[in-house]
Amino acid sequence: MSNLLAIIEKELRSYFASPIAYVVLTVFLILSGYFFTQILGVFIQRSMMMAVQSQQFGGGPPPAMDIPSLVIRNFFGIVSTIILFMLPMITMASFADEKRRGTMELLLTSPITNVDLILGKFLAAILFFKIMLLPTLIYHGFLFIYSSPKMTLGPVFSGYVGLILLGGALISLGIFISTLTENQIVSASVTFGAVLILWVIDLAARSAGPVLQTILGYISILNHFDDFSKGVMDTSSIVVYLSFIFLGLFLTYRSLESLRWRS
Amino acid sequence: MIEVDNLTKRYGDTKAVDKVSFQVGKGEILGFLGPNGAGKTTTMRILTCFLPASEGTARVAGFDVFDHPMEVKRRIGYLPEHPPVYDEMTVNSYLNFVAKIKGISPGEREKSVQDVKEKVRIKEYGNQLIGHMSKGFKQRVGLAQALIHDPEVLILDEPTVGLDPNQIKEVRDLIKSLSGSHTIILSTHILPEVSMTCERVVIISNGKIAAVDTPENLTRQQQGTQQIYIEAKGALLEIQNKIKTVEGVLDIESKPLGEKEVSQFIIETELKKDLRSTIARSIIEGGFEILELHSMKMSLEDVFTQITTQEEVRN
Repeated sequence: MSNLLAIIEKELRSYFASPIAYVVLTVFLILSGYFFTQILGVFIQRSMMMAVQSQQFGGGPPPAMDIPSLVIRNFFGIVSTIILFMLPMITMASFADEKRRGTMELLLTSPITNVDLILGKFLAAILFFKIMLLPTLIYHGFLFIYSSPKMTLGPVFSGYVGLILLGGALISLGIFISTLTENQIVSASVTFGAVLILWVIDLAARSAGPVLQTILGYISILNHFDDFSKGVMDTSSIVVYLSFIFLGLFLTYRSLESLRWRS
Repeated sequence: MIEVDNLTKRYGDTKAVDKVSFQVGKGEILGFLGPNGAGKTTTMRILTCFLPASEGTARVAGFDVFDHPMEVKRRIGYLPEHPPVYDEMTVNSYLNFVAKIKGISPGEREKSVQDVKEKVRIKEYGNQLIGHMSKGFKQRVGLAQALIHDPEVLILDEPTVGLDPNQIKEVRDLIKSLSGSHTIILSTHILPEVSMTCERVVIISNGKIAAVDTPENLTRQQQGTQQIYIEAKGALLEIQNKIKTVEGVLDIESKPLGEKEVSQFIIETELKKDLRSTIARSIIEGGFEILELHSMKMSLEDVFTQITTQEEVRN
């Protein structure tokens, strides 16, 4: 346990010692903030148009439009796409840089287990991801204050749970790929490639025939995110994410073991 | 303390380490000598549980490196060829991190960090970023990392590479001061280092052990004959003839030096006899003058070259 904490602390330290962390944080906040205001603007405009239309053509009060939940759903949709491309930058150094610097020898000859090492790196990345998401809570705060009737917080909560599960899946994938190389750039590129394939699977699922659509829908980790942004926490989706995370970490474990045998 | 038995490590078809066996007693300093690529680092990596062996066993403090890696890791301090430091950390935070993962209890952590800094003499640099330090200081931080949990066994891979002569001396003195309480294996390709610090030497070449002995014995054994160097004044040929009359002289190399009538002679004699006084007497009796006379010892360099090149010829 204390080993695990030591690794987490060390990882967080090295995140914030490198400029990449700040770049990722800044770019993420700019993008998410920009898209939030855009989405909010679009839906406010649309609801005003509907109100004007119903006044012009008469016929009672304008149809109710749940702006907050539409904004939240679209916002989480966009954020989930942004993190596809930002999280590989967080995990690219994970093991690759330890190998390049020769500190892998310190870690692997110290009395800590590989499980501690991998979990420490994984949890540190998740923590960083949470720090990344933290400021976006403010957006929902504004939405909550100015919404009337008061919006429900369920979708916000489930959206963040979904983001962290999706992020966890991407992080475990990124950490696994970082064990395969000494080069951060290679590590990041391969992770981008893998993420791109996940993305394409999701797109293909949308346009495929009925049978293929169901199959691809199950495989696509992005597809499972849709439920969360709608405020639905489906057990099967949670299981899919947790299995993906477990698979990623298990592959990392095997890769570390094989590293010893191969090198 | 360390028992290595028939250790073999294969990378594909090539054997990096081939049936290596040796023992190191408690408190001993063992030098690991060999040209680059001889298998020194691989052997050390197997001992520190970083790599598994293909065949054979290695035990550290009674624990097999394959079956009980955690017990072994707890008892070993390892300084790899490149000090395993994080440039973005300060010396203090780095040593604290190492103390944690080496399993030092929270109560003793502060003290062991202070003590080890004192030992490697980086006490004033606690708050400095490791990335801003020179190679010599990084090496000391690396050494501190290996020493922090006061391990029974220290494994140092070329600990003086890249240091300036003063730092080399400091590191050597430090290593010497650690012997007795620690069992140390240190690898190097710098020969004087071995004769200065180590009690026993393993010469390794092409993955095989070529020789194991004390530095003194190695020099003695490899020397088949004894050589005497003489500078004398007089006619070269006459002196040479005079020397030849001494019994036990095997060979003479001579050449005139720049000065008038001064020549140098390198005389090879049988190993067991000391012929220095006999030869000197015969030269003086012949009416010549001796300007210089000393016996030539084979250096460890010669031994090393001889052993490692013999190996290549044998293969």
